[in-house]
Amino acid sequence: MLILGIDTATAQVSCAVGGHEGVLASTHSIRARQHAETLTPAIEFTCRQARIDLNEISVVAVDLGPGLFTGLRVGVAAAKAMAHALRVPMIGASSLDLLAFAVRFSPKLIAAVVDARRSEVFSALYRQVPGGVQRVSEPQVGSPEDLASEILAIGEECLMVGDGSLRYREVFDGLAKVEVTEAGWAYPSAASLVMLAHAQALREQWVKPWDLQPLYLRKPDAESNWTVREGR
Amino acid sequence: MRILGIETSCDETAAAVVTDARDVLSSVVSSQVDLHARYGGVVPEIASRAHVELLTPVVAQALVEAGLDDDHVDAVGATVGPGLVGALLVGVSAAKALSLVWDVPFVAVNHLEAHLYAAFLEEPELELPVVVLLVSGGHTMLVLMEDHGRYRLLGSTIDDAAGEAFDKVARYLGLGYPGGPAIDHLAMSGDPEAIAFPRAMLDDEYRFSFSGLKTAVVNHVRRNPDVSTADVAASFQQAVVDVLVLKTRRAVAEHGAKGLVLAGGVAANSQLREAALDAAMADGVHPFLPSRSMCTDNAAMVAAAAWWNLQRYGPSPLDTGADPNLRLTLVD
Ligand SMILES: [Zn+2]
Repeated sequence: MLILGIDTATAQVSCAVGGHEGVLASTHSIRARQHAETLTPAIEFTCRQARIDLNEISVVAVDLGPGLFTGLRVGVAAAKAMAHALRVPMIGASSLDLLAFAVRFSPKLIAAVVDARRSEVFSALYRQVPGGVQRVSEPQVGSPEDLASEILAIGEECLMVGDGSLRYREVFDGLAKVEVTEAGWAYPSAASLVMLAHAQALREQWVKPWDLQPLYLRKPDAESNWTVREGR
Repeated sequence: MRILGIETSCDETAAAVVTDARDVLSSVVSSQVDLHARYGGVVPEIASRAHVELLTPVVAQALVEAGLDDDHVDAVGATVGPGLVGALLVGVSAAKALSLVWDVPFVAVNHLEAHLYAAFLEEPELELPVVVLLVSGGHTMLVLMEDHGRYRLLGSTIDDAAGEAFDKVARYLGLGYPGGPAIDHLAMSGDPEAIAFPRAMLDDEYRFSFSGLKTAVVNHVRRNPDVSTADVAASFQQAVVDVLVLKTRRAVAEHGAKGLVLAGGVAANSQLREAALDAAMADGVHPFLPSRSMCTDNAAMVAAAAWWNLQRYGPSPLDTGADPNLRLTLVD
C-alpha cells in the first residue's frame, strides 16, 4: 500500500509518499507562498524521488486544516482530483493532529496551535498514547490569551507546537510549565500525514473524494457580517 | 482530441468534455446562485467553498456523460483568470492534478478568450474577422477578433459592467438577484419607450458607461413613486441595448468585420439578442448569437479555448497559478 500525502493548510506546502516501509520521499517548502504554483511540481518531484509511478498510489491523504483558507483549498482540491482520477480512497487529517503527532514522544500535555490571522489561533490539546497522540479537547478558534488561560488552568507541563504558538510567543513564553517549541515544529508535515494515514488505512477508515470537506472552523465573512462584494 | 474543461472563476462550478473544439460530449454546470442570492452578489469565500464541494461530482458527471468512465481525456484545460482568485485556484489545482495523474497536457485558459470561443463551438466555420460584444457581470468590451489568438480591444466600460448595471437596478427595484433574468422577464410586460433614460454615447469612441444610467433610474423612481416597474425595467433595458448595439454596429462597419458575435452572460438577454440580430441583418453581416447556455459561464467554452491554445502554444507548465487580473493578449 502506497500513500500520497498532501499538505497546504499553512504557509508551508509539503508532500510525501510512503507506506509499510515508512516515508519513502518527502518535500516541503515554507517560503513558497504560492501554493498552487508549488504543489503539482512538488508531487511530481516527490514521486520521482521515491521511484514510484503515480498509478501505484493506493490512498491519497490530505491535511484538511484548519489553516489558511485559500492555501488549504489548493491541497484539498488537488487531492480530491487525484483520488478521483486514480480511483482510490482518501483519508483526511486535521492540521492540529499532524502537529501533535510530530511530538508524540513527549509525555507532556501537547497544545497544537495554528495561526488563524486576525489575532486568533486555531488550537486543540493532545496527550500521548501508545503509538501516537489522542486529542483531549475540541478544535477551536479563539484569542491566544484565552488559550493561555485555558492551559494555565489545567496547570500541567505543556508543550506548544505550531506557527500559532510561535507567532504569539510573547503570550505563551512566560507561562509556568509551558514550553514553546522551535521553528522546526511550526508546520504540519506531509510525512506525519502519511504515517497517520497508514495507521488509518490499515483499519480501512477511508473517505470518498466527494465526501471529504476542509475543516474551516470559521464561517465565511459574509455569513457573519453580510459584507457583499458586488459584481461577478 | 478530447479535452476536459474546468471553469471555477466565479459562481458556477462547471466541467465539460469537448472534442477538437467542435463536439460537446458533455457540459455540466452547477450554479451556486442560490447560495449568493441573499447577499445580492457573489461572496468570494462562499463561492470558493462551494467549488471545493462541487467540483469532484461535477467532473465525474461530465466524464460519465461523455462516456469516458473507463477512459480518460487527452488534455485538461482550466480557467486561470480573470476571476475571483480563491475560486480560480480550486479549478486550477484540480485540473493540474488530473493532468498529472492521466499524464496528459494541462492548458491554462483565459476566461475572456473562452467566452469568445463559445461562438466557434456552435459554428466552427465562422468567418473572420468578427466583432465580439462581450457583456457579462464582470465585463463589457468590444473586441475585434482578426484571427484565432489575434484580438484587438476596441473599447470597454469605464465604470460598471453591463451585467452589474442590471444587478444594481434589479436590486433597487426589489427584483432580487441575479438581476439580468429578472429584468429581462419583467421588461416583456413593460413599455421600452415609456421613459427616456439617457444613453451614454461617450462621443465616437467604443467606450461604455452605465453608472449614469443606473443613477437616472434611481432618480426617476424616486420622483415618480407610482411608476410602473415593468416600464422602468423595459426602458432601462432598452437604453442599455441601444448603446451596446449602436457601438457594435459602428465597430463592425469601421473594421469591415464579416460577423457580429455576442458573448457573456448578458448576451442571454432577449432584447439584446433581438436587436443584435436585426442590426446584423440590416447591415448584411453574419450574426452569431450562441445559445443561452453557451453565453453564461460554462466549461465547454473553456475546453474549446484550451484546444485552440494547445494547437498554438502547446501545454502550459504545471507551476501555473491563477491570475485574478488576467487580460486578453492583444495584438500590437
Ligand atoms: Zn464569464
